[in-house]
Amino acid sequence: MALKIVKGSIDRMFDKNLQDLVRGIRNHKEDEAKYISTCIDEIKQELKQDNIAVKANAVCKLTYLQMLGYDVSWAAFNIVEVMSSSKFTYKRIGYLAASQCFHESTDVIMLTTNQIRKDLSSPNQYDTGVALTGLSCFVTPDLARDLANDIMTLVSHGDCVKRKRCSVLIMYKVFLKYPESLRPAFPRLKEKLEDPDPGVQSAAVNVICELARRNPKNYLSLAPLFFKLMTSSTNNWVLIKIIKLFGALTPLEPRLGKKLIEPLTNLIHSTSAMSLLYECVNTVIAGQYCSSVGSVVLCVQKLRILIEDSDQNLKYLGLLAMSKILKTHPKSVQSHKDLILQCLDDKDESIRLRALDLLYGMVSKKNLMEIVKKLMLHVDKAEGTTYRDELLTKIIDICSQSNYQYITNFEWSVSQPVTPHPPGISVSWWTIRVFAVAQMATLLDNAHLLTGSMQRNGICEVLYAAAWICGEFSEHLENPLQTLEAMLRPKVATLPGHIQAVYVQNAAKLFATVLKSQEGNTDSTTAQETSQLMIDRLPLFVQSANLEVQERASCILQLVKYIQKLQQKDVEVAEEVIALFAGELNPVAPKAQKKVPVPEGLDLDAWINEPPSESESEDEQPKAIFAKEEPKHSRPRHTEVDEKELARRREARKQEQANNPFYIKASPSSQKVYQDAPGVEHIPVVQIDLSVPLKVPGLPMSDQYVKLEEERRQKERAEKKKKEKKKRKEKRSGRGKKHDSGPESEEDITPAHMVDIVTEEMPENALPSDDDDKDPNDPHKILSLHFFGPFQVVVSVIFENKCDSFLKSMEFNVLDSLNSKLQRPEGSGPHDGLTVPFQLPPGVSNEARFVFTVQSIVMPQKLKGTLTFIVKDSSTHEKLDFKLHFTCTSYLITTPCYSDAFAKLLESGDLKGSSVRLEGVNMPFHHLLARICFHHHFSVVERIDSCASMYSRSIQGHHVCLLVKTSGQTVSIDAKCDEPTLLGNVLDEIKQTFSQC
Amino acid sequence: MIKAILIFNNHGKPRLSKFYEHYTEDTEQQIIRETFHLVSKRDENVCNFLEGGMLIGGSDYKLIYRHYATLYFVFCVDSSESELGILDLIQVFVETLDKCFENVCELDLIFHVDKVHNILAEMVMGGMVLETNMNEIITQVDAQNKMEKSEAGIAGAPARACISCKEHEPPGNAQKHQHW
Repeated sequence: MALKIVKGSIDRMFDKNLQDLVRGIRNHKEDEAKYISTCIDEIKQELKQDNIAVKANAVCKLTYLQMLGYDVSWAAFNIVEVMSSSKFTYKRIGYLAASQCFHESTDVIMLTTNQIRKDLSSPNQYDTGVALTGLSCFVTPDLARDLANDIMTLVSHGDCVKRKRCSVLIMYKVFLKYPESLRPAFPRLKEKLEDPDPGVQSAAVNVICELARRNPKNYLSLAPLFFKLMTSSTNNWVLIKIIKLFGALTPLEPRLGKKLIEPLTNLIHSTSAMSLLYECVNTVIAGQYCSSVGSVVLCVQKLRILIEDSDQNLKYLGLLAMSKILKTHPKSVQSHKDLILQCLDDKDESIRLRALDLLYGMVSKKNLMEIVKKLMLHVDKAEGTTYRDELLTKIIDICSQSNYQYITNFEWSVSQPVTPHPPGISVSWWTIRVFAVAQMATLLDNAHLLTGSMQRNGICEVLYAAAWICGEFSEHLENPLQTLEAMLRPKVATLPGHIQAVYVQNAAKLFATVLKSQEGNTDSTTAQETSQLMIDRLPLFVQSANLEVQERASCILQLVKYIQKLQQKDVEVAEEVIALFAGELNPVAPKAQKKVPVPEGLDLDAWINEPPSESESEDEQPKAIFAKEEPKHSRPRHTEVDEKELARRREARKQEQANNPFYIKASPSSQKVYQDAPGVEHIPVVQIDLSVPLKVPGLPMSDQYVKLEEERRQKERAEKKKKEKKKRKEKRSGRGKKHDSGPESEEDITPAHMVDIVTEEMPENALPSDDDDKDPNDPHKILSLHFFGPFQVVVSVIFENKCDSFLKSMEFNVLDSLNSKLQRPEGSGPHDGLTVPFQLPPGVSNEARFVFTVQSIVMPQKLKGTLTFIVKDSSTHEKLDFKLHFTCTSYLITTPCYSDAFAKLLESGDLKGSSVRLEGVNMPFHHLLARICFHHHFSVVERIDSCASMYSRSIQGHHVCLLVKTSGQTVSIDAKCDEPTLLGNVLDEIKQTFSQC
Repeated sequence: MIKAILIFNNHGKPRLSKFYEHYTEDTEQQIIRETFHLVSKRDENVCNFLEGGMLIGGSDYKLIYRHYATLYFVFCVDSSESELGILDLIQVFVETLDKCFENVCELDLIFHVDKVHNILAEMVMGGMVLETNMNEIITQVDAQNKMEKSEAGIAGAPARACISCKEHEPPGNAQKHQHW
């Protein structure tokens, strides 16, 4: 055995180590790939040996090759072997290799679970360290699930500070992969925020900040704790994280913003760390709508200092933050225009781009011309193409901002050589169109000078507009023939396809105009020459690779040929040709197309022909042949615009049109079409407001519902009377004498109705619309769905004074349970009562709301409480006991569900079943269903004879499915839910409902 | 979160790559190339932030880099990290390397990429900053190196002797003392 080890060591002397490999690669610059492939062969041999040292050396080399881009996943098993070595040296090599190349689909990863567990609990802290470091890179959902407990043990019992820090950090990775672990781990994580070791504390802050970044709402309750940390911590890293977190929280809770202002401004004044200063400023900005003007001014001042700094990094960040302020406080930024214009001269492109962004927001009627003039100077100076493009785009954006509202001098604007005006705008400028047309004609004429340089940076788009304007308003052209000639130059064929198409089409329009003017003359040969010109030049476009150009050119060519024939017979054609393009174009609303109803039976998304097979399209590479059309007009985009956005835009457009003197109102007939068109926008939208649990179980049953409600009320009244009597009795017996003048009040708390869950307080998952815009692959979404309480439940209680005396100083108090706690104002003890904010004159009722925090919704809760009050006439303290019943049902929200979705849910196999039988139920089936719907917030999915499926959803997103069957007086309910405890309790409650009747 | 840490030289040759999210080897190389392309064309005296690495991240991500002599150190981070903080962290990283390698130069990184990984592991774990204090980092690294040495003392003596022999060969392209 010993001999073997020695032999192995001697063998090793002849193996290459990492340094040799690197050296070898450097010496084989010419045939590197070949050299590496021989090295890989060697490594394969080394991996076959038993000696772990040799294996580790081989794995170490593989890690290097992986960095160079070689796939080394074939050695995954050997990496696991090296990881499990008992020696730290090799273990570290193994874990490093694993962290570089293992991922979720590496199958040997499941073999590592036990090894990692062993390393996590190893007495050697460094073994634990490398295991945690490695795990943080390649943790999979399985590993996270299996090792969550071990990591938790390290977090709470770790004796070594470093190990503790690592394990706290890795919790975040575990949560991401295995969201279920968040719930049990969270309290411990919260504890670590106050850990005596600043490192552990910083790790916990780090993890919570990451968690809170995507779902800040869930972490609002931690704000006081973070506030404490912020005012006490001196670690800048921790401070920055906390301040960033507050930046995400303040938009959700305005009060927080107010509270933060003071410590933040203190920090801004006192800190010498620029990073901290910058984050403070950022957070003040994030909460600025609620912060004072003074603090914004302070921020802008500080940012100015940053921007004036010689450090380019500070300058850049200053501009970045400035642009955030611009959105809400444009005035305070505008006063620093000089500084920002200065930044345009900066040698750093990123800084110039930032400054440009800022300028966009600073433009006003007064300074527009000045700013644009300055920018134009920069265009001339600009070197890099990206920057010049950006400059031009910005100039155009600045000018066209808010429908050209800042442009006071249109002629000035048109003479700017780079501003491509969309055709619609020129139509609007009725008054200046003659001028515009002349300008455009010159532009077209000179186009050949510009195209070379223009094409690259996209300015040629201007030609698109120019061509259209010249064609459409050709009657204003001074020399249409010259323009026509310019438009048909061979050079045009180098322009992008969509511009060529416009050229060709408008050349035809021009042709018509030219013909008309020439036919007026006696000499018919000029007209024929013009036709000849067209016939000579058009074939160039017929050969175009662009389909549209080709098609238009062919059509027009045929037309011109026909015209030529007629001309040769001395027929006057100009009038007829002109008629082809008769009629003025009015501006078309951008969404006009959408308003045209799609005819029934026409599916715009359906293929007209069989779609070409994948391989075919790859072989042909159609992109090369047909220039890619602008995706602007693709249909699916429209459908993505949600109703709100539509409404907003519609409103904005109406406003715009009303204010725009240049807007030409549509003719009455088209107006009518517009109104009658059953466009998407005219479908009435039913807002489903989840804030009030829908208790109406669907229309067909509303009759029963009314009856039920009536019944219930009667019953309640009867009960109330009973209770009243009882209480009165008690009081009489209890206080003997007092009953004559004593209060006969009754404060009723009927839980079935009173527990209202207010939407605002609910976690995100209860609002289905909230998640729509999120990326479905976003791991944080999973976290948000599985995140647990504490929930806030708002209970509204109606106090009704039924006696003849005035009641005052009412105090409401509840004995908290572990699960449900009454929220009391800060500073009050856990047993203090809450003052009811009103007094009650005789016969009056009023409502007060109390907030409870509920940890878990799967269990019903009965809270005991007391209400104390003073009867004004007798000035005596009275007390009334009550019970608050938080049923599980009250956490269910009536949610409609379609039968196919329902079937899928049941098939998914994620739900656990349970069933209950109700005996002696003597009511019609529909009545029974209505009762379940009404009392337990279910909706009927489908009903067939004496069998019905029902659905409801908890505020935490648990699905509850029922299958209700009846035969005679027996009702059986089979139920399924992803939370068995919740289901059991809901079923109990349903049973209760029916046992009462 | 830090999404990736890359070190490459003035010619774009990778010297260390650490991705905290999985990419295929090809994508990794592409990211390195693209990042090099973005970073290398920038002047020396411009700001150290870059937006829009196309392959990695997206709009929420920034490239934060520093250029020392022949090497670029690039961190790809999302908006939860402080830009200036990360710049400091890069500085700490480089100073730590300088301490550990005693006047570090590109060759050290070329031949001892594993050691650089080990140092980095003490600073950043799974994309989250673990330690920013240089002395703490060096203490941890030293302790682990000591442990490695003690292990080598038991069985690896002959091999170690051999390795140290090789170390004394004159290095091919000696640029050892070009440091930043």
